[in-house]
Amino acid sequence: MDLYTIAFYLFAVITLVSASIVVFSKNIIYSAFALLFAFFGVAGLYVLLMADFIAVTQLMIYVGGILVLVLFGVMLTTRVINVDMRTGTIQTLPAVLIVAALAGTLVGVFWTTDWRIMPAFPGFEKTAPRIGELLLTSYLLPFEIASVVLLVALVGAAMIARREKKAS
Amino acid sequence: MLESYVPIFVMIAGGVIFGVVMVKLNEWFGPHRPNDEKLSTYESGMEPIRSARERFSVKFYMVAMLFILFDIEVVFLYPWAVSFKQLGLGGFVTMAVFIFVLFLGYFYVWRKGALEWD
Repeated sequence: MDLYTIAFYLFAVITLVSASIVVFSKNIIYSAFALLFAFFGVAGLYVLLMADFIAVTQLMIYVGGILVLVLFGVMLTTRVINVDMRTGTIQTLPAVLIVAALAGTLVGVFWTTDWRIMPAFPGFEKTAPRIGELLLTSYLLPFEIASVVLLVALVGAAMIARREKKAS
Repeated sequence: MLESYVPIFVMIAGGVIFGVVMVKLNEWFGPHRPNDEKLSTYESGMEPIRSARERFSVKFYMVAMLFILFDIEVVFLYPWAVSFKQLGLGGFVTMAVFIFVLFLGYFYVWRKGALEWD
């Protein structure tokens, strides 16, 4: 096993173990913090796929932003500690059917797809400068539209924030 | 190909090792003479009055929500910044338009009072 393979399995294990803690933990705080390591592991996998810009985005948006939002969401709940997260199993037959169909589709796609295995690039090319060039030349309109979308989101956030203020 | 990431891995490993070793050294070699006062929650010398596990104000959530939006803006700035010289004046003007649109949003949020704490 070379270093690349070891790194891949390391990040895969980090991601999978953290993700199962997120799902199976009885304590909602542990779930939220395990999500941090799941996001981090996925960022590492992006690095191994030579998608360095996506890895940076993953770290900045998900680890730096979304996770903070999730943690605040958890802390906003009335009872953080000792939340009774017992869930019952209902609708067993429809659930089994749907999950079987979904899993069958996914496995079918996995087996029938002609996976192209590309040799690793001998020289690692940074993707961020290339993305920047294309974003500001060929894909100028989507880029500017993104700013308008963000503007709409800001206005929406301001509206929600203001309404909460009035209510309290 | 991944050699350029070695410094990052070294830094993460160094951070984890340093953090764990320092705490563990303290635990192994430090004296342990606990009493009730030492074991109580440290509250800057004040008497802790109630549990820290209580509901946080929804204002934190609002600030975090606005933070994510500007975080996304920074992600757009990053690929522009690393190829700033190649893009030249055209790239600068394009980014200025982008920033201007978001500045309108910032100004709106500011005027709406969403940045006020109360």
